[in-house]
This record gives sequence, structure tokens and C-alpha cells, in this order.
Amino acid sequence: MAPRPRPLSPHLQVYRPMYTMVLSFAHRATGLVLAAGLLCLLWWLLALAAGPEAYANVYAAMTSPPGELVVAGLVVAFWYHFCNGLRHLNWDAGRGLEKVNARRSGTLVVVATLILATLTLLAMLQTGGRL
Amino acid sequence: MSLKSPLGSVLGLGAAGGGAHHWWMQRLTAIALAPLGAWFVTALVMLPDLSYPTARAWLAAPWHAVPAGLLVLTATYHAWLGVRVVVEDYVHDRRHKLVTLVVLEFLHLAVGAGALYAVLKVALGGAA
Repeated sequence: MAPRPRPLSPHLQVYRPMYTMVLSFAHRATGLVLAAGLLCLLWWLLALAAGPEAYANVYAAMTSPPGELVVAGLVVAFWYHFCNGLRHLNWDAGRGLEKVNARRSGTLVVVATLILATLTLLAMLQTGGRL
Repeated sequence: MSLKSPLGSVLGLGAAGGGAHHWWMQRLTAIALAPLGAWFVTALVMLPDLSYPTARAWLAAPWHAVPAGLLVLTATYHAWLGVRVVVEDYVHDRRHKLVTLVVLEFLHLAVGAGALYAVLKVALGGAA
């Protein structure tokens, strides 16, 4: 006789999407994006170590429109994960766990991300001429 | 001989038997990455350009190469801890889970080793 399937705990699809929940998914999603971004960083560093010819390829890629989009995406993902990571560390210290505070800190994270990402992208436009 | 009771010796270890080590290292690397990451992104965008001579000279300076080396190692470790949890959560088949975890572990080690090698080569290689 086949064993009865084990009962499963309720998962994402049974819950109404909520603000704090979406922020929580976004932390994971940006974390994965940044993990993939490490491959871009690795490519850039290896090219920098290999010499001017190799670097020219990376430079052409990162200053092309799709490359600039990837870099801009990584910048946004970085600052979100940075800000929300600090929020997590604050929770780990046992602070700010009440519902109202968690929502307030979530808003703060979104606002801070927008400001930091905008400043970073503006700085890139200013200094490089391009991104 | 330990004077701990059998219960006392397992308390806090959880079902995986590994205790809080993973959780702690994720936080420890997060604390390290906050200043390292913010410094790296800010420093790069403050450079006049990202051409080869500028970027190479920047990374070759000791006070940039050392934190950059720490950054790539910490970031790769932190990424591996995070990606690992996602795989453990969403890959349900035990064999697929094991294979995915092994492949991704090797990949993260390779990324960390490659990035550290590149930083050291630039830092120790002298003028390019």
C-alpha cells in the first residue's frame, strides 16, 4: 500500500499578497540577482587582470545599451538588498518586529533604495559621460 | 566525559543537527558586506571614468585591493549561503536538490577563487 502523502503546510498561493510579503520576496529575488551579478563582477575583475585587450571587450559590453541596463539593474538590486538587509539585521537584534514598525521600516527601505539608486546612477552618468 | 545531559547536548541544534552556524555566518557576512559593498559601489562611481588605466590603477592601490579581496570572498560566501537556502526551499526532489547544491557550491567556490586571483594579480602585478 502506497503511503499517504504527507500533509503540506499552506504556501504562498493561499495568502493574499501583502506589502511586507512582497518586500520579503524582493529581498530574496534581489539576492539571487546579485549572486548572478557576481559573475559580471568576476568577468570585469578577470579582464582587468588579463590586460587592455580583454578589458576592451568588457568595457564595450558594459557601455552598450543592454550592458547599461544590466548595470543599472544591479545597482537597484544592490541598494535594495543593502537597505532591506539592514532592516533584517535590526530584526535579528529583536527590534522593530511589531506589525506597524515592520510596515514603516519597509516604506523607509523603498524610499532609501530609490534615493541611493538614483544618486548612484546620476554619479555614473556624471563621471563616465555614460553609465 | 561530559557532564552535559543528553538533552543539553542537543538543545539548540535543530533537526538538521547543525545548529545556528549557517544563520550566524549569513549575519556575520552581512555585517561585513554592508560597509564593503557600500564602499565598493560608491568608490567605483566616483572614479572619473572606468577605462582600463583608471580602473587598474584604482584596484592596484593596497588600500583598495585589500578591501576588494575581502569583498569578493565575503560576497561569494554570503551569496552561497543565500542561494543554498533558496535551493533547499524550492527544489523538492532529493536527488535534484543534492546535485543542484553540489554544482552551485563548486560554482561559488570557483567564482570566489577567480575573483580573488584577479584582485591579487592586479594588486601584486605591478604596473600594467
